[in-house]
Amino acid sequence: MRIDTPKYKTSDEVDFVVIGSGAAGGILAKELSTNGFRVVVLEQGPYLTEADFVHDEIKVINQDLLTNKPKLQPSSFRKTPNEKAKPQRALVYGRLVGGTSVHFTANFWRFHEIDFIERSKIGPVPGADLRDWPITYTDLEPYYTKVEWEIGVSGLAGASPFDPPRSKPYPMPPLPVKGSGVIFERAARKLGWHPFPAPMAILSQPRAGRSACVNCGFCLGFGCEVGAKSSSLAAAIPVAEKTGRCEIRPNSYVHRIEMDSNGRATGAVYFDEHRNTHLQKAKAVVVCANGAETPRLLLLSANKQFPDGLANSSGIVGKYLMLNSGGVTNAVFEHPLNDYKGFAVSRLLHDFYELDPQKVGFYGGGGIDARYDLTPIGFAMGALPPGTPGWGKAFKDTLARNFNRTMELFCHGTSLAVENNSFSLDPDLKDAWGLPALCLTYKDHPDDLKLWAFQNKRVDELLDAADAKQRWSQPIQESQFAVHLLGTCRMGNDPKTSVINSDHRTHDVKNLFLCDGSSLVTSGRGQPTMTIEALAFRAADRITALAKRGEIA
Amino acid sequence: MLNDLSRRNFLTRAGGAVSTVWLSAHWPAILAAAEHAHQAAKSASPAKFQFFSPEQAVEIDAITARIIPSDETPGAREAGVVYFIDKALTTFAVDDQKTYREGLPGLQARVRELFPTVEKFSAATPDQQDQLLHTFDDKANNGNRFRARASGTAKPFFETVRAHTIIGFLIDPDAGGNRDGVGWKVIGRDRQHMFQPPFGYYDKDYAGWQPNPTNAEKPKA
Repeated sequence: MRIDTPKYKTSDEVDFVVIGSGAAGGILAKELSTNGFRVVVLEQGPYLTEADFVHDEIKVINQDLLTNKPKLQPSSFRKTPNEKAKPQRALVYGRLVGGTSVHFTANFWRFHEIDFIERSKIGPVPGADLRDWPITYTDLEPYYTKVEWEIGVSGLAGASPFDPPRSKPYPMPPLPVKGSGVIFERAARKLGWHPFPAPMAILSQPRAGRSACVNCGFCLGFGCEVGAKSSSLAAAIPVAEKTGRCEIRPNSYVHRIEMDSNGRATGAVYFDEHRNTHLQKAKAVVVCANGAETPRLLLLSANKQFPDGLANSSGIVGKYLMLNSGGVTNAVFEHPLNDYKGFAVSRLLHDFYELDPQKVGFYGGGGIDARYDLTPIGFAMGALPPGTPGWGKAFKDTLARNFNRTMELFCHGTSLAVENNSFSLDPDLKDAWGLPALCLTYKDHPDDLKLWAFQNKRVDELLDAADAKQRWSQPIQESQFAVHLLGTCRMGNDPKTSVINSDHRTHDVKNLFLCDGSSLVTSGRGQPTMTIEALAFRAADRITALAKRGEIA
Repeated sequence: MLNDLSRRNFLTRAGGAVSTVWLSAHWPAILAAAEHAHQAAKSASPAKFQFFSPEQAVEIDAITARIIPSDETPGAREAGVVYFIDKALTTFAVDDQKTYREGLPGLQARVRELFPTVEKFSAATPDQQDQLLHTFDDKANNGNRFRARASGTAKPFFETVRAHTIIGFLIDPDAGGNRDGVGWKVIGRDRQHMFQPPFGYYDKDYAGWQPNPTNAEKPKA
């Protein structure tokens, strides 16, 4: 049920227009409106509610209900900037109110101290631009705690000896352990490793009028119909709307930030669902459109004063994209796990979070989790052991035997920031509105692939210790599809090498702020959303302070 | 397709390489197809086919019955897969009409070529039918991937029927297809949508969380 909220006129100069309603945008909307500001959130996707998220395998397979639409929003891919990009589906993100947080797996690890200071600690990495953040873990710690308590994260403080310091325990105990988690925990301990209950942005207990997880098994790829998954849609946007100062405006595709002659942003220009164009006026603009669409919007907003795109005096808008390395290994066990029941991940380990480049011969680190995120059709199409016939009795028998006896291990890891890896505007390809489409340019840094191989070896050791009957891994290969969209408008103190400062204000435009995956300086170890949300809470504090001191307009 | 583990794309993971692209382009329409199949399954009299002639439907049904055969447990036939495909071809899979229109005569020509005394696919013995369908396997890839193309068709005929059959067999029964949930029964997926732990064999005797040793040092590989 949607709450009645104010309907601002586009001619009303509201305090903030927030572009995007996902992990970051939802929290900024909540925080800024709670702090007394008038906020309009422009979201390109529809406003769906829990009633729209019926249990239905079809929905898992047909993600496009909740995600970007390849037919309307084509994209292209190339490995290096010298190549002509070929049209292909190159990225996925949530395209609805709540954004990607609606359909994600909900792994919610904090970054560790090392993620913010790794350049200082290990020095430069050839072929990459590894940098320290302008903020540290200590700066962000209170905001991680805010995410856990205000958005809702289940977990067990102190369970991992590698966890960074925290000011409060989790607000809820971990979700129940799954068969995959028990197998993982027992085998990891045999090897002397330190498995722990995975922190998940899914409620293990009822909280704030939301239900606890009912273990339906339709999690990755789905909206949660009981509100247990802590999406912005479930956890942040209702709070924003209840302030009476925040309007969520769906089906509003922003394609230009309007500027005045003084180099000040005056609002956001968008298409409504009938393709009529509007300008929502605002005193300040906050872009939270994700690590692909945020740089795209800045590039689309080029004008005479900013011929290379807004906030792009550094020339790095869209560059230094990081996707997170890693992949999956499947394993089959003797007895039924029935791991299709429940959320995806119940156990995790961080023993390889911080590897010593001198010892392993490459930069990087990661986490390994135990999971099952498959549904019947996807399982039949992609998760049977190599060599299984694709039809007939042997196919059917293997499908029937393995569906409940399979689990997955997922390696998540670092990606290095490489200048050539980017989202840019395709010179030829246009979207359904006639605007330049996104072009993904990406070639993994060799260390990212070495890390993946290293982690796959640990996974094999674990599965052997677990007495898996059969195991096989996704081949290690270079990326050409983007899910985690990180680093494309990174934070820093130097306007020549970064796009935003530590207040999330662009170096070039005083009343233009960016906050989402694009803000990240390093990739973390594979699960970025928790950090994106902590940054959003912190950005809201910084922006509020600036506004109250009259330092924005 | 079966072992194409380009898994960085979790969408691919959710639906298999070829079929996911195909499905995701047609999401709203597949719901309609599923609903249609659901209605057809519920109705006492057999549903009318919208795309197939009755004769064609018999042939497609025979193919699906070799892809997921009926034995001790139900197969594609019991799941009403042919009805699902028929509706699909007038809705979300309308682009595949040509594949079926041209692919089926191609298959029948292959029947007469291999078995001159057999008039059509549905009249062949199960062994003959399997032999025929194996001619579509991709030998270059150990028979695991389905790149086989019926000559003259726009898309690989058998690969398309195979994907449609698996989807029609395993789709959520509440949304249609997978008549009476027989596909989920075969793979052991409970039709409930709320579960309580323990879920299976390995967690049923889990003794509860025991803390890790506290003397762990941050590992340096």
